[in-house]
Amino acid sequence: MYRSHVLVCGGTGCTSSGSQEILQNLEQELKKNGLEDEIAIVKTGCHGLCAKGPIMVVYPDAVFYSEVKPEDVAEIVSEHLLKGRPVERLIYDENEPEESRVSLNDTNFYKKQTRIALRNCGVINPENIDEYIATRGYEALGKVLTEMTPDEVIQLILDSGLRGRGGAGFPTGLKWRFASGNRGNVQKYVCCNADEGDPGAFMDRSVLEGDPHVVLEAMAIAGYAIGSNQGYIYVRAEYPIAIERLRIAIGQAREYGLLGKDIFGTGFDFDIDLRLGAGAFVCGEETALMTSIEGNRGEPRPRPPFPAVKGLFGKPTILNNVETWANIPQIILNGPEWFSSVGTEKSKGTKVFALGGKINNTGLVEIPMGTTLRTVIEDIGGGIPGGKKFKAAQTGGPSGGCIPAEHFDIEIDYDNLLAIGSMMGSGGLIVMDEDNCMVDIAKFFLQFTVDESCGKCTPCRVGTKRMLEILDKITEGKGTMEDLTTLEDLAYYIKESALCGLGQTAPNPVLSTLRYFRDEYEAHIKEKKCPAGVCKSLINFYIDPDKCKGCTLCARNCPANAIKGEVRNPHVIDIEKCVKCGTCMDNCKFGAIIKK
Amino acid sequence: MKSLEELKAIREKMQGQVGFRSENEDGTRVVVGMATCGIASGARPVLNELVKQVNDRKLTDVAVTQTGCIGLCQYEPIVEVYKPGEEKVTYVKMTADKAVEVLEKHVLGGTVVEDYTLNKIKL
Repeated sequence: MYRSHVLVCGGTGCTSSGSQEILQNLEQELKKNGLEDEIAIVKTGCHGLCAKGPIMVVYPDAVFYSEVKPEDVAEIVSEHLLKGRPVERLIYDENEPEESRVSLNDTNFYKKQTRIALRNCGVINPENIDEYIATRGYEALGKVLTEMTPDEVIQLILDSGLRGRGGAGFPTGLKWRFASGNRGNVQKYVCCNADEGDPGAFMDRSVLEGDPHVVLEAMAIAGYAIGSNQGYIYVRAEYPIAIERLRIAIGQAREYGLLGKDIFGTGFDFDIDLRLGAGAFVCGEETALMTSIEGNRGEPRPRPPFPAVKGLFGKPTILNNVETWANIPQIILNGPEWFSSVGTEKSKGTKVFALGGKINNTGLVEIPMGTTLRTVIEDIGGGIPGGKKFKAAQTGGPSGGCIPAEHFDIEIDYDNLLAIGSMMGSGGLIVMDEDNCMVDIAKFFLQFTVDESCGKCTPCRVGTKRMLEILDKITEGKGTMEDLTTLEDLAYYIKESALCGLGQTAPNPVLSTLRYFRDEYEAHIKEKKCPAGVCKSLINFYIDPDKCKGCTLCARNCPANAIKGEVRNPHVIDIEKCVKCGTCMDNCKFGAIIKK
Repeated sequence: MKSLEELKAIREKMQGQVGFRSENEDGTRVVVGMATCGIASGARPVLNELVKQVNDRKLTDVAVTQTGCIGLCQYEPIVEVYKPGEEKVTYVKMTADKAVEVLEKHVLGGTVVEDYTLNKIKL
C-alpha cells in the first residue's frame, strides 16, 4: 500500500520533452530517501496540457506540476514527497499566481472539460490491465456477454446517439446494424482506424497511449454485437509508443482471457491483431485502409458496396475510429440516456480536440458538444499568445474548413460546423491569428493533399495539382481574377467526381477561405500585396531610418549580406540581395525593421 | 477470465489503489505534519499507519495527505482532521496507535478525541 502516487506523463508530448529522464531520477531519489515502499510511480498517458510538459501530478493532494526538469526531481522528492511541502515554483498556475491554484480540476483548462473518451488518460498506468479493471474496465464487456443480446447492444448504441468521431459523423449504431445480418454463418471483421493523419491532430494517439484497453474492450463488444470473432487495429507506424502499449495491452488481455476463446465462459471468441500503416494519409480512408490490411497497396475502391456488406477480405466489416471506440464501454455501463444527456440535439456526447497553432495551451481537450469556439479558445486554450487578434480556426484538417472570427460564438457540433462550410473532422483545431495569411493556409493544406493523393483517380491526382498551381501563382502576385473562378470550378468538379473522401474533401480549405477571406485573395491579385505579410514574393523588408540606431546587429546577422551602413548611422537593406528570411527583424532591438 | 466474479475480485483489490487519484471534495482530509520536526519526532509511522488503515478498511472518502511545519514543533507529530462543514481539529503528540483511535472515533464515529487535541494543552 502506497501513501502517495506520483503520476508522470508518458505520452508522446511529455516523452519528447524529457519525461523518461524524470522517471529515472524519480526512482533514484525515492530510493535514496527510503521512500520506494511508500510512494508509487505511475507512468500514465497524456494529460492534455502538452504545451506545459513534462507533467507530473502528485496524489492524494492532486498537486499539478508543469514543465518539470530532471534536476527538479530531487527537490520535489525531499520537499513534497518527504516533507509535504509542495514545490510552489513548479505548480501550474495559469498565469494567475494571486489565486495560487494547486488543484488540477480547479484550472480553467480542466474545469470546462468533460472527459468520457479521455477519462483514464493521465489517470491510470496504461501498461497495467489491473488499473484499467479498477476503473470498471471490461465490466461493459462482461455485461453485454452475460446480460444482453447482440441486437440489444446495437439498439443501445443507436439510442445513445453516438456518431462516428473520425470526421463524417455517421451514426455508429446504424453502421453496426448494417453489418449485423446473418450472424454466425459468415466471417465478419471489426476494425479500428488508428491511422490518424491530419496535420496537427493527435487525439487517437493519446487515447491509445493513455488507455489502450478501452479500444480492445469496445471492439470485443462490437464483435459480439455483429457476430465477428476477429478484430484488426490499423495504426500508423509513426506512433511507436501507442503501438508498444497496444501490444502490451493485447498480451495482457489474452493472458486474462479477455481476448481469445470462450470469454467469461460464455462461448464467445474474439481476438485482435495489429496492422501497421506505412504513413500514407489515404489509408485513413476506410476502403483504402482495408485494402492495406489485406496486404495490397493502400488505394481506395468505389462504394457501394459499403464495408458493412463487402469490406475486409470481401467480408462484412465495421470500421470505427479510436475515439468512437473509447466512448462505447462508458455508454454500456452508464446507459444511453446518460450519454445523450451530454451534447446538443443531433450531436451527443463529447468531442476531443487537439489544440494547435496560435494558442497558449497547446494540447488535448475534451468538451461537451455544443461548447462554443470562444470557450475552447479563450477559457480552455488560454487565448492567443502575445495578445494578437483571433482570425480563424481550422477544423477537419485538409478535409475541413476555417471558422472565421464572425462565428467565434458558434456552438461546436457536426451540423453547425457543416452549415458554415467547415466540418467536425477527426478533431484537429488549429488556431490562426492576424499574422496568418489565409491564402497561404489554403496552399499549405492543398500541398498536403497533393502530396498524399494516391493517384488512382484523375480528379484528385490532376485536379488538386492544378488548384495548387493556381494558388502558387496568386501568392507570387501573378494571379488574375479569372483564376478565382477557375479555382471554384475545379473545386466543384473534384468534389463531385473524386473516388474517395480524400479527393472529395480536398478543395474544402480553398473553398472556405474563399468564402470568408475573399478580400485577402483579391489583395494578392489586384494590389499584389499579402495583408498578413507572409507570402514572400509580395513583401519587402525596409529599415526605418528614424528608428535605426546603427548598432550593426542586423548587418552582422544577415545571411545574405544584404544590409549596408556605417556604425551609428541608419542602415539600408538591398532589396535585390534580400532573401526575406526575417532574421533582421528578429534581431533588431529598436523595432526599426518594417515588413510591407 | 472465466467469470465476472474474477473480474470483480481484481477490481476490488485495485480500487483503493486507483481510487485516490481523484479529487474528492466532500470527503474527510487527514493531514499529517511531515516537516523535519514532524519526521524527527515520528510522523512517518503515523502517516503510514493511517494510509494502511484507510486502505484496509476501504474508506473511499478519506484522504490522508501531508503538510509542512505549522510552527508547533514541540507538539509534533501533529495530525489535523478536516471534515466537510466542520471546524478543523488538531491532534498533537500522535503515535500510530493514537492515530488509529482518532480514525475510528473521530473520522468514522464523529466524536472528537478531546484528550489528544491541541485544546487540551495549555499553550
